[in-house]
Amino acid sequence: MRSKLLAASGVVAVAAAALTGCTPGASAESCTNEILQPDATQVSVWAWYPAFEQVVDLFNETHDEVQICWTNAGQGNDEYTKFSTAIESGSGAPDVIMLESEVLSSFSIRDALVDLTEYGANDVKGDYSEGAWKDVSSGDAVYAIPVDGGPMGMLYRQDILDEYGIPVPTTWDEFAAAAQALKDAGAPGVLADFPTNGRAYNQALFAQVGSTPFVYDNAKPTEIGIEVNDQPAKDVLAYWEKLAADGLVGTEDAFTADYNTKLVDGSYAIYIAAAWGPGYLGGLSDADADAVWRAAPVPQWDPANPVQINWGGSTFAVTTQAKDPEAAAIVAKEVFGTEEAWKIGIEEAALFPLWKPILESDYFRDLEYPFFGGQQINKDVFLEAASGYTGFTFSPFQNYAYDQLTEELYAMVQGEKDASQALDDLQVSLEKYATEQGFTLQ
Amino acid sequence: MTSNTMEATAASAVRSRRDAPPRPGGGARLVRRRQRWGWLFVAPFAIVFAIFLVLPLGYAFGMSLFTSTLATGTEFTGVANYVKAFTDPLFLEGMLRVLAYAVVMIPAQLLVALVAALVLDTLATRVSKLSRLLIFVPYAIPVVIGALMWSFLYSPRFGPAATIFSMVGLDAPNFLAADSIFGSLVNIVTWQWAGYYMIVIYAALRSIDPTIYEAARIDGANGWQTATRIKLPMISSSMVMVITFALIGTLQFFTEPVVLRSVAQGAIDAAYTPNMYAFSLAFSYSQFNYASAIAFSLGALVFAGSTVFLFLTRKQSGLK
Repeated sequence: MRSKLLAASGVVAVAAAALTGCTPGASAESCTNEILQPDATQVSVWAWYPAFEQVVDLFNETHDEVQICWTNAGQGNDEYTKFSTAIESGSGAPDVIMLESEVLSSFSIRDALVDLTEYGANDVKGDYSEGAWKDVSSGDAVYAIPVDGGPMGMLYRQDILDEYGIPVPTTWDEFAAAAQALKDAGAPGVLADFPTNGRAYNQALFAQVGSTPFVYDNAKPTEIGIEVNDQPAKDVLAYWEKLAADGLVGTEDAFTADYNTKLVDGSYAIYIAAAWGPGYLGGLSDADADAVWRAAPVPQWDPANPVQINWGGSTFAVTTQAKDPEAAAIVAKEVFGTEEAWKIGIEEAALFPLWKPILESDYFRDLEYPFFGGQQINKDVFLEAASGYTGFTFSPFQNYAYDQLTEELYAMVQGEKDASQALDDLQVSLEKYATEQGFTLQ
Repeated sequence: MTSNTMEATAASAVRSRRDAPPRPGGGARLVRRRQRWGWLFVAPFAIVFAIFLVLPLGYAFGMSLFTSTLATGTEFTGVANYVKAFTDPLFLEGMLRVLAYAVVMIPAQLLVALVAALVLDTLATRVSKLSRLLIFVPYAIPVVIGALMWSFLYSPRFGPAATIFSMVGLDAPNFLAADSIFGSLVNIVTWQWAGYYMIVIYAALRSIDPTIYEAARIDGANGWQTATRIKLPMISSSMVMVITFALIGTLQFFTEPVVLRSVAQGAIDAAYTPNMYAFSLAFSYSQFNYASAIAFSLGALVFAGSTVFLFLTRKQSGLK
């Protein structure tokens, strides 16, 4: 009788242990790729680059001491959500993580990223442009190694513009005129889209007129300067407000299935894009079979003083949960540190390299893109756009800032407020949030 | 002490107790012994319940008493987060919005479910069996898949609306615009849940003794009178249950707006419902402490709301 009771409670205990599924310190990580040197130090990596497995294999083949164990933990916000939760719980983060440069401050302020200056980051500083390096550093600290960039250009449908006899715009005035001409000609589509959820895209348009929304330095982590409602930014937004109100540009949300189809089926004649845009377009379905795509520099406000802008770009950072930060730093520095790796990145994943040895190579400059009918888009557009980029400072609550920007822009295109009011309201809400989060406003 | 002697002692104890004359309080001991077994039987559930519900809830409640800011770190602030929550316009607006959904959505679901159940209850053909299944099918589709499917149906480009409206020469409405998203969401939820409630109500109707209908017919009641005067009052306890489910579900509205948000970011903001607000606070803005406070505040309001409802309907539900 008693032994039965004991047995029963034993079963219960076992069941409870099995249900909680606790296996403390589970180190048997599941890698998407194959580990070639089982005895070497393993570094776990989260990244979502296309064709990244080939790059990982290349790294593992050429490194005997360090091996990458790669997982795709989702794209953009999906990955950041997981990373954020892992930071909060104190475990579960990878050793090395792919982060867009815009979120680096958001994670470094939570002490989630290792300052790489201790691990030889400055040794590779010379391999990157000043603008690219500024994006990954804050003061003297370096929180990531740059990988790819998003210098912006204008991708356009040569066939549509030709059909309606519209010259390729080089300034924003010409752009507005082209939008009007296209509508007057009775074209079924519009010239371009102004997505209210463009986030970094909308920000880049403001940056072209010198808008510096945030002043922030990790050395003084409790101080922040916020200015999103300067007059030039308001002017830019008023320009788009007018185009949208006149029905000359669309206001569809970006990154939806509808939008993706419209990008390639001729609904928009122009796609203001980053250097990764062609790769994005190439992956979309329902495209016009006879579309003729060409690339040109992004339109300018003052053609005498062209300003280049950037949209996106990603980096590799080492997390503070890394078991072996030194090995992790080697991975961050070297995974995209060879020409072979970059050839995969450029040709398979359509990335725009920030690593100078390939960025400045004849190979990259002269590369012909079949999607653009053999046009050398790097030589014609993106190399110059990249060289003119001087870096950008993001806030440590960038996700919130973008969500608020989206809300204000949506309210504007709905006609609830004008451009000036939208940016003023954005300023108020960001200042309030920063104060709540314990920052002192500069 | 060996196990043999232990058993012997135990056996003699049992025997001596049995031989002894009944004493006052002996029954209580028996009850206590039985209760010990009872505890053992509920233990598997209780352990799981404690580990997966009570513990995380306690942890979350503990978190909600701290305030963590990006710039200055974490400190104990007591109920400050709750004070902030109940004065936070985003939370309060979200709360009002789900109340508006409750007012529209619950009657809509209930009406569809009730009519379908009453009709199916009076029919006894093969068609009724098939219809019952078809009305129930949407509930069998995972909520996320259902919402995704509707997001494509609503899409101005892929959806059928443009084609249908152009046949009569009209422009299709944009189901994902700010002023139509409310109706679009009501439609998804009603489509998904009405079938489930219909089955609950139908089961209740089936359990009514058919002789009552016979008596009603003899007394001269027609179909409408039977439905409204006999069937409805007799299933009122099921109706209360259904409304309670729907109320709790609506106040915790989350999945459908989250899925539609990916195609209508302007119309559905990050704080559209209180649940979504808690989610984005925690996972987009890393404010885990305040998110816990929002979650508990929502939980308290849901609890209060359903308690009040159950109290008001205590007569119908038979809880009185």
